[in-house]
This record gives sequence, C-alpha cells and structure tokens, in this order.
Amino acid sequence: MPIDQWLPGILRAGALIALLIMLFILIFLIGESWPVLSKLSIAQLVTDSSWHPLEGTYNLMPMLTGTVLASTGALLLAIPLGLASALFTLFYAPRYLAVSYKRLIELLAGIPSVVFGFWGLTVLVPLINQWQPPGASLLAGILVLTLMILPTVTVTAHAALAAVSDELARNAAALGLSRWGTIQGVMLPAAKTGISAGIMLAAARALGETMAVLMVAGNVVQYPETVFDPVRTLAANIALETAYAMGDHRAVLFVSGLLLMGLIMVLSVLAEALEKQQHV
Amino acid sequence: MQKFLQFLFVHSFCFVVTIGYATQPGAQTKSVTQRLVVTGSSTLAPLVNEIARRFESAHPGMRIDVQTGGSSRGITEVRQGIAAIGMVSRALKPDEGDLRAYAIAQDGIGIIVHAGNRVAGLSRDHVADIFTGNITRWKVLDGTGARITVIHKAEGRSTLELFLDYIRRKNSEIKPHIIIGDNAQGIKAVAGNPHAIGYVSIGAAEFEIRRGLPLRLLPLDGIAASVETVRQGVFPLSRPLNLVTLGEPQGLASQFIEFARSPQVHDLVETQYFIPVNAD
Repeated sequence: MPIDQWLPGILRAGALIALLIMLFILIFLIGESWPVLSKLSIAQLVTDSSWHPLEGTYNLMPMLTGTVLASTGALLLAIPLGLASALFTLFYAPRYLAVSYKRLIELLAGIPSVVFGFWGLTVLVPLINQWQPPGASLLAGILVLTLMILPTVTVTAHAALAAVSDELARNAAALGLSRWGTIQGVMLPAAKTGISAGIMLAAARALGETMAVLMVAGNVVQYPETVFDPVRTLAANIALETAYAMGDHRAVLFVSGLLLMGLIMVLSVLAEALEKQQHV
Repeated sequence: MQKFLQFLFVHSFCFVVTIGYATQPGAQTKSVTQRLVVTGSSTLAPLVNEIARRFESAHPGMRIDVQTGGSSRGITEVRQGIAAIGMVSRALKPDEGDLRAYAIAQDGIGIIVHAGNRVAGLSRDHVADIFTGNITRWKVLDGTGARITVIHKAEGRSTLELFLDYIRRKNSEIKPHIIIGDNAQGIKAVAGNPHAIGYVSIGAAEFEIRRGLPLRLLPLDGIAASVETVRQGVFPLSRPLNLVTLGEPQGLASQFIEFARSPQVHDLVETQYFIPVNAD
C-alpha cells in the first residue's frame, strides 16, 4: 500500500501550510501595526475624539460599531429569509419550482460583490435618498449585505436539511406528525449544526465584505443614530485609505485589519462553543 | 514526525532554490536594460504609465516601472532613493526644498452638483459653509428647501488636501454625508442625487457631462470651471501634476522627464482629461 505511506505526509504538509499561511498573516498584521501598538496606547484607539489620522486622532470604535451593526442587521434579515427559502424548496414547493428556485439562489451566490455594490449605488441609494436623504446609509449597507449572504444561508441550510436521514422523516410520518410538526420537531433540530455553521459562514462574509458596502454605506465615520445615517465599516476603511496612507496612519489601518481578524476569530470560537453545546 | 519535518524542510529548501534560479534570468537582464522606478500619486499614475509605454517603445532597452501609493509615498521614496522619480499631484511645500518639481500637466478641481440644481455659482465662503455644515439646505442659495448632501473624499488623497487648502479648513471640521474614494465614484454619487454637492477633477467631470450624465460644474468665485480657465491659470482650485526628483535629475531620469514634458505626449495628457503644459 504505497499510497498509505505517503498520503499522511502530503496531508500533514497541506495542513501545515494552511496553518503557516494563517500564522504568517497574523504575524504580518501584528508586525505592520507594531509601530502604533508600541507607541500609542491601545486606549487611544477607543478614546480619541474622532478618526482623523492626519491630525493624529485614531478612534476605531465608530467603525467597529458600524461593522457589527451592518453584519447583524444583514443576518437578522438573511437568516429567516434563507431558512424559509430552504424549507420551501425542500418541503413545500412542487418539484419543477424547487429545482429552478434552487438554481436561482445558486446563481445569486455566484454574483460578484461589486455587482451588488453597483446595483446598490445606482438603484438602492437614490431610492432611499428620495425617502430619507442622503440615501447612502447603514440601511443600504444592510440590504446589499443581506442579498449577498442570503444564498450562503439558504444553500447551507438546504444541504443540512437534505442530509437528515430519510429514516427520521419516515418515522415522523409514521407517528402521524403534520408537515410543520415534522419540520419543527425533527428536521430542524437534526440539521441544527449544519444550519448554524452556514450562518457563521455568512456572518464572516458579511463582516469582511468590502467593495459592495463601500459603495453604498456612505463611509462617514460616526455612530449612526438611525438606519438612515451613513456608516463606515472596518473593511471599507482599509480599502478607502490604504493606498494613500503613510507612517502611523498606515499602521493604524493594519490595526483595523487585526481587529477585523479578531472579530472573525471570536465568531469561530462562538461557533465552536455552539457546536459543543449541541452535542452534549 | 521527525521524518516528516525533515521531508518538509528538504522540500521547502528545494522550492526556495528553484524559485531563486527562476528569478535569476530576470536579475541578469536587469544589468543589460536600464530601469527607472517611478512612484506616487494615483492621479498621475495612469498618465505616466501611458507616457512610459511610449517612451519604452521609442527607447528599446529601457524599462520604466510605474507604481502608485499617493503623492506622499512618491516623496518619501524619492528621498529614500527607492524611486528615481516621484509623482506628486500638488505644488511642493516649503519644507520640500530638497526636491525638484517638473510639471507635466495641470489639473483643476471643480465643484459639481446635479444638472437639476439651480444654484448659479458659489463663492469660497459658501463652499466652506456647506462643507462645514453651516449651510445645510439649498434654500439659502437657490430658494428650494432640500437638504444638501455633502460628498467628501477619504483622508490622504491629494484632491482633498488641495480642496481643504482652498476653503482653509481642517478635515475634522468637515461634516460630510458621504465619503468616496475616487473621482468616478463621486461623479456617480452626484449624478444619482439631485441635492448633492461634491468635488472632482474638472477634466473627468467635463468628460462625463459630454457623455450626457446629469451633472453641472459650478463657477467658483465667478470663474467658470473648465479646462480652459485652468489652462489660463485663472481658476482658483487647480494644481500642477509634477514629476519630482531628489536634486537635479540624472541620465535616464532626466531623459524621461524631458520626454514627459514634450509635445510628443500632449495627446496622452489630453486623453486623461488633464491640461498639457508648455515646457519652455
């Protein structure tokens, strides 16, 4: 069995390379943000009066808030919509409709984010502007993000539900459970891990999404008072300013990258904890 | 495990050596061809890139490497000797006396509003008041009560620097509603919002107006914003686009600067919506 001899080596190398890349990115981010982390106190990133790097004020908190708000908003909309879509195609839709609907959702998943951004900029923003100026706002960001993560939630929920063994469904039917009773009492609990993994994936995508949000969210650094106020996300901040940033300004942008990575890590730890809880 | 590490070590060593050999020929040709690194302003980069390509085809065996990263990067890297020529889209500051600037074009920054906006023109004080939030409605200026949407640029851009310089304000005093990255994004934002005001490169705005986008360039202090007034040097918001060197340019650098200022490239300057200068 020669394959068995060298396969573990290759797999280990693959895993190690993935780990090293991750580690190098982290080291690189810390290295690039070190000038600021060692010189300014971290408290300054929270307590400074505003974000005006050329004037020496580096408050990242409004952007952290903007990032979290935009992603949370998008998740609140995408989770019910995505779950409903998955349940509809699996349990309620006639076969021909289910197939074409699923294709449509998969197509949605393949649309590049700039296209969503462009649509948002030329259609959504002017529309909101007529209602509540200036249009480019947290709301526009949330709606565009929702469209982008909806297919992720739908496709993963669909896959998780479809993977639940037929035996369970048949048993439920034998017990005389109604369709909704089967879904709510048997299918959803059985597919819980897969569905929440999909939601975490969607959340990570929403947190890191850059171009589409940059085009529609207005990018003003502030705490939004309503959903109609413009916000800037951490990712958009990096994209907007990196090309022109020098010295401390550049280093603080790397700190915002570090912060973004931290957010994603927290998310994956949360996902892990959730999974453990379910297995107990 | 030890065996595996050994395996990994040997293979990664081979990899590095292979890469080293692969890049060797490049290093050898480097000594044959002459190379010139040009870096700096992203406003200038597309133009200089075109000029460089024409220069290369006229002078075989010479390579011009154009990189971007903003005017400030251009200045830093010329001082450090990383780049031979820096691209700086503003006049040199008093503390930059160690550098020599050679203008290759002029660029004007125009205030743009939607084509439906009835404002006849603005003064410097009006512009400052609008951007600092002292005037929040068009009422004061044209009789309609709509709220003004202020479109501003992200920190670090030379357009922003020149604009702030003109209205004599600090960036932290500006109260923007939307923050944008490049000219194209600003133009789209204003074209999609009847109550917006922004500032972009005049050449780019004139081009989009000719293409039929609903935009207007506002006269500033009674002077029409056009390529023509910038050429005459009377428009208040204009800037030179410079190539800078540390001390007198030598050899290839001086040859390239001379070429970039010659009438041979005027057509290239004009296709980028800038205004050629006459090098006398």
